[in-house]
Amino acid sequence: MLTIENLHATVADKPILKGLTLSVGAGEIHAIMGPNGAGKSTLAYVLGGRPGYAVTGGSVTLDGQDLLALAPHERAAAGLFLGFQYPVEIPGVSFVQFLRESLNAQRTARGAAPLSGGEFLKLAREQAALLKLDMDMLKRPVNVGFSGGEKKRAEMVQMGILDPMFAVLDETDSGLDIDALRVVGDGINAVMRRPDKGVLLITHYQRLLDYVKPDFVHVLAGGRIVRTGGPELALELEEHGYEAVAA
Amino acid sequence: MSAAALLPTRRDEAFRYADIAALTPLWPVAVEQITVPASEVRAETIVSLGAAAMVRELAVVLEAGASFDLRILSAGAGYGRITVRAELGAGARFTLGAAQLAGGAQVLEVVTEVHHTGPDAVSRQTVRSVAGGTATANYLGKVMVARGADGTDGEQSVRGMLLNRAATINAKPELEIYADDVKCAHGCAVGELDANGLFYMASRGLPPELAKQLMLQAFVAEAFTGAADEETLLEAALNALGDML
Repeated sequence: MLTIENLHATVADKPILKGLTLSVGAGEIHAIMGPNGAGKSTLAYVLGGRPGYAVTGGSVTLDGQDLLALAPHERAAAGLFLGFQYPVEIPGVSFVQFLRESLNAQRTARGAAPLSGGEFLKLAREQAALLKLDMDMLKRPVNVGFSGGEKKRAEMVQMGILDPMFAVLDETDSGLDIDALRVVGDGINAVMRRPDKGVLLITHYQRLLDYVKPDFVHVLAGGRIVRTGGPELALELEEHGYEAVAA
Repeated sequence: MSAAALLPTRRDEAFRYADIAALTPLWPVAVEQITVPASEVRAETIVSLGAAAMVRELAVVLEAGASFDLRILSAGAGYGRITVRAELGAGARFTLGAAQLAGGAQVLEVVTEVHHTGPDAVSRQTVRSVAGGTATANYLGKVMVARGADGTDGEQSVRGMLLNRAATINAKPELEIYADDVKCAHGCAVGELDANGLFYMASRGLPPELAKQLMLQAFVAEAFTGAADEETLLEAALNALGDML
């Protein structure tokens, strides 16, 4: 589904990813863990196509399509969803307007008919209920005045509405209390745990993995995957630290 | 010919950034007098969307307790200059909400002089300028508080959005105060569209032109908040933004 081969990337001419290779099959959830500065967020941004993150080598394909050749909004239309570690506030633009325009732009790009206002609101209401987010919050400007936890919930609601083929979730668990963590975990399972979808879960901690069971756990250090294992690897990391495990 | 009819030059402070060549055929400009009688309420909307240049000069007198609400959408293709001189009597209220959308190589400007002559008058000026291409958008706004005009409450909120580095926005809010008990605030900022916001929107599938259009619509909307024809103005602004991007 998502295939990353020998990926090299720089930020401000500084090499961050140095030959990263990783493959996520359909129906799989992979977790990427690693110390600060390992390149985890850089990987997420490179996959999303953020300006300033330059790919200097390697390839990324999603369902056979060359992801790196596409503009960020085209990657979304191709089925990629990038969940932000720090969701951005957009004053004056409501979630409802923003998401309807986004979803319909994606649908148009895929040759599907755009949703009407009524159809969209029904979908938004369902997804908000799934994540226990008050529908009224989606009428407010995008992320403005939201707490850290609310922003992360809103990210998951957006994922539910956009219904992507593949999700890259960058530290979706940071800033969440225990209850919110469970809600977000349940949301990921409900939306993405399907035979035709895949997830790359980037996280610092083992906590989220109690709710979202990964099929594989990778350790990212120095811009490369240095170890791969099953869910037990996350526990090992929690116990012994990155240095001992990644060495 | 009287001295007032002499074509201004860029040495005149109020014409410092003006497009004198475009102004020449339209000079002298007839002053439009508007008087709002005591305690009455008036509203006016100026919308410029066509290809022609537009130069207008308004002289507004607000008698005691009068209220005047002026909204401007300046998005025509040629030179645009709107001068407003307002004189506020005791307890009068003046609201200005102006949006300028400048593209190509054009110059758009709003020039205001708000005189608080009586006590306890309120003035609210909100100006939002968007400039793309090599265009220039200007706001020169003076608030003058006369001796004895205590209890004056004046506010200027001026913001500009540059769509690229070749465009220019000039903003000059000014205060001249001769009374003691006065509340005058002015805020002024010129910037660019938030790159983080644009990437965030793109990551959800929104094409860049549409993302910019939504952000700029929200930015410009602040000039029309509370207007009787807010919806109509917003829609006209959105269409004009769509043409610009």
